[in-house]
Amino acid sequence: MNTSATAESIVASPETGFERPNYLNAEYGLRSWLLTRDHKRIAILYLISVSAFFALGGLFAMLIRLELLTPEGDLMQPDTYNRVFTMHGVIMVFFFLIPAIPAVLGNFLVPIMIGARDLAFPRLNLASWYIYTLGGLFVLWAMVNGGVDTGWTFYTPYSTSFSNTHVVATALGVFITGFSTIFTGLNFVVTIHRMRAPGMTWFRLPLFIWSHYATSLIILLGTPVIAITLLLVAAERVLHLGIFDPRLGGDPVLFQHLFWFYSHPAVYIMILPSMGVISELVAAFSRKRVFGYKVVAFASIAIAVLGFLVWGHHMFVTGQSIYAATVFSVISMLVAIPSAVKVFNWTATLYEGSVSLQTPMLYALGFIGLFTLGGLTGTMVATLGIDVHLHDTYFIVAHFHYVMVGGTIMGYLGGLHYWWPKMTGRLYPAFLSRLSALLVFVGFNLTFFPQFILGYLGMPRRYWSYPEEFQVFNVLSSAGASVLGVGFILPLCYFIWSMRYGKRSGDNPWGAVGLEWDTPSPPPTENFYTVPVVTHGPYEYNTQEVHARTSHPEARVG
Amino acid sequence: MKSQLPLFPESASSVAPQVDALFYAWTAVSIFFTALIAVLIIYFMARYRRRHEDEVGLPERAPVWLEIAWSVIPLLIALAMFAWGTQVFVQIYRPPADAVVYYGVGKQWMWKFQHPDGQREINTLHVPLGQAIQMKLTSEDVIHSFFVPAFRVKQDAVPGRYSSVWFRATRPGVYHLFCAEYCGGEHSRMIGSVVVLEPQQYEEWLAGGPAGQPLTASGAELFQQLTCQTCHGEGGSGAGMAGMAPRAPSLVGLYNRQVALADGRKVVADDSYIRESILNPMAKVTAGWQPIMPTFQGQVTEEQLTQLISYVKSLSGEGGAEAGGGTAEVGTAGGQMGTPAPQAGPQPQ
Repeated sequence: MNTSATAESIVASPETGFERPNYLNAEYGLRSWLLTRDHKRIAILYLISVSAFFALGGLFAMLIRLELLTPEGDLMQPDTYNRVFTMHGVIMVFFFLIPAIPAVLGNFLVPIMIGARDLAFPRLNLASWYIYTLGGLFVLWAMVNGGVDTGWTFYTPYSTSFSNTHVVATALGVFITGFSTIFTGLNFVVTIHRMRAPGMTWFRLPLFIWSHYATSLIILLGTPVIAITLLLVAAERVLHLGIFDPRLGGDPVLFQHLFWFYSHPAVYIMILPSMGVISELVAAFSRKRVFGYKVVAFASIAIAVLGFLVWGHHMFVTGQSIYAATVFSVISMLVAIPSAVKVFNWTATLYEGSVSLQTPMLYALGFIGLFTLGGLTGTMVATLGIDVHLHDTYFIVAHFHYVMVGGTIMGYLGGLHYWWPKMTGRLYPAFLSRLSALLVFVGFNLTFFPQFILGYLGMPRRYWSYPEEFQVFNVLSSAGASVLGVGFILPLCYFIWSMRYGKRSGDNPWGAVGLEWDTPSPPPTENFYTVPVVTHGPYEYNTQEVHARTSHPEARVG
Repeated sequence: MKSQLPLFPESASSVAPQVDALFYAWTAVSIFFTALIAVLIIYFMARYRRRHEDEVGLPERAPVWLEIAWSVIPLLIALAMFAWGTQVFVQIYRPPADAVVYYGVGKQWMWKFQHPDGQREINTLHVPLGQAIQMKLTSEDVIHSFFVPAFRVKQDAVPGRYSSVWFRATRPGVYHLFCAEYCGGEHSRMIGSVVVLEPQQYEEWLAGGPAGQPLTASGAELFQQLTCQTCHGEGGSGAGMAGMAPRAPSLVGLYNRQVALADGRKVVADDSYIRESILNPMAKVTAGWQPIMPTFQGQVTEEQLTQLISYVKSLSGEGGAEAGGGTAEVGTAGGQMGTPAPQAGPQPQ
């Protein structure tokens, strides 16, 4: 890929402290941020709001783990506990896991990686952030006024006819936020189709782009279904239309079909962007092309398509017909294969690579570990005979935390650490960041691995008190959660610190290839000084080029 | 805190060892692949660590056979596990011919059980050792889930319909009964126990309780009280009263038989159908009959419904048409397979 000639002429060096014009110093003032149409600034807005929701969701998680330290329900009332785990789920799923990578890293990187100036619809992009915020306010309003206690799954008829909490406000919040996701997905699809730089053919796209493309397809096809479903819940709750409650002539299981038709693919909305990040990290820190590039690219599309055909595996014990269960089980097995292939491909990328264990790579390897366990336990619960016992137990809780949380957070944090120098032009402390990666990995396993055993022993999920033989593993889990908490607080501190005090990173501290590393850090508002022309595929590393591209050695991270 | 560190759940039903075998096989596969990936990553990390700043990896060498191998081998393993898992699943949900039906009703936040002999219990269920027991479950309010970890069975109790699961206890003892589907405020207190007794002890226990009468007898009484016989005939025979033409179809031999509806559909007269016909008679009117039946919604409790159903069932002989089979329960609640196989599941020794 060609670097732009003009960029070379405006060299800024870490010593002089002279700052080139970039997206951060282009304009100042709150107004310049709140009315920006720059995809990079919108990414920063999302970074702030997504982090705030993550902190809130994490706080609820800590309350859950504190309550479960002892078998008796002694910290809070059961009704409070039910609200706490519901708010934890709603906030984490809809306001953190789904938007985190696409809205922050995707917003920042999709245009740069394909050599475009911005997303196709900058105003729509800004609108998506406002809509996200509006949806968030609905949920926060509901939370402050007493919360909601249905579980993030809103199962009927409990949610429509029995719960006395703020179901409608929360459902509307989720409904509204869905549109922000749709706007982002729409923007990505159009941008990737129409705005690639000259020479950027489909098979020269970084895998990050492929996975965001696949994610956007799921968002566009799936999100309207959850929107309709939540409206039906509100309609039955407010207008008493008989849709889900059998006393009104409805069908409670119909809700589960509609809900999981979206919410299972939603898991792939969370994990696919993360897989894209991991492909970038593994390639950059092995200085090698991702093994089986096309296979990995098409695996993303295969996951997106098959992901729509497996929703019934959430309902094996609802009394659905044995034939339906069989079909859903076998398709669930099929969807595991592209995921397994990706894991093998990432591992094989290290082979004969030049492997450097800097912080982002530690997160990437951690991702592979957690995702492998999450995926394998996923095929276990897709097996009909086992799922009957494990369904709705802590085994499920552990499984989906490994996939959704382990997968998404490792990718999100790994990506943030990798592109932070690009976003801010600054480096963060090498030792602390490696420590945080280690703490997150160890803390995560300590928190969630014992829950696999708890589930197999039969402890049901969403229990406020439990028989005392389950205590040992709950204590372990709570201990792990505190380690995990420290692992999350560390990056928050040193990222904020680095924005002012971090060493300047130069344009390319990792010696990585990709259009985003051909432009200054932080990038100018228009991303590139001249339109880049792409002449070869991604991840093509050779020694001379790496030497020429790497930022000044003093500025290297650890 | 109990001192022991349990790693394995108690195992007390005929199906539990099969579920465990499947679980351990999958665990072994998982450990193998996790270890394989971990060992490879750690080895590559050390072997190919970056030795100088500008070093790059070697160009990719991707033999096609490798890509095919690591797609096809996991696929074959997954499909084998799928087949094995499905076979166990069918056993969990397909009751053997000798299964005795017990009814369970979930409500916020308790379990109510009815024995075939009419005994009722709340939150505790006594069952005889070695007897196949089919639990027919429903709910009075929200969705609950009947979960006995020691038996490895779980079935949602969904309001407005019946679903079923069966088990054969193989070890006397007291086992946890949990509600596994979140059902509101006191969800975690909707727990109870299943007490497995030796058959003789079970008889003694039955005799010691308040005298109940069999469900079918209660159902027959209720049938009279609700004056069902004015249309369906004495004993559900379908004979018209006092020389008048019959106004409703006969109930004799109805259970688990296919019924042609007025709108051309065909349904199987299973528990859920009979329940619906009592509560919402206009939903599925039998072909050739006037839609004149009044609803009994609000007049009969869930327990009384199970008594009426037991009675209707008894009009079709022991177990209804179940033994005869046919395409009886395809696609109905409970996920039961069409033809109940008498030999499904291990028999008690």
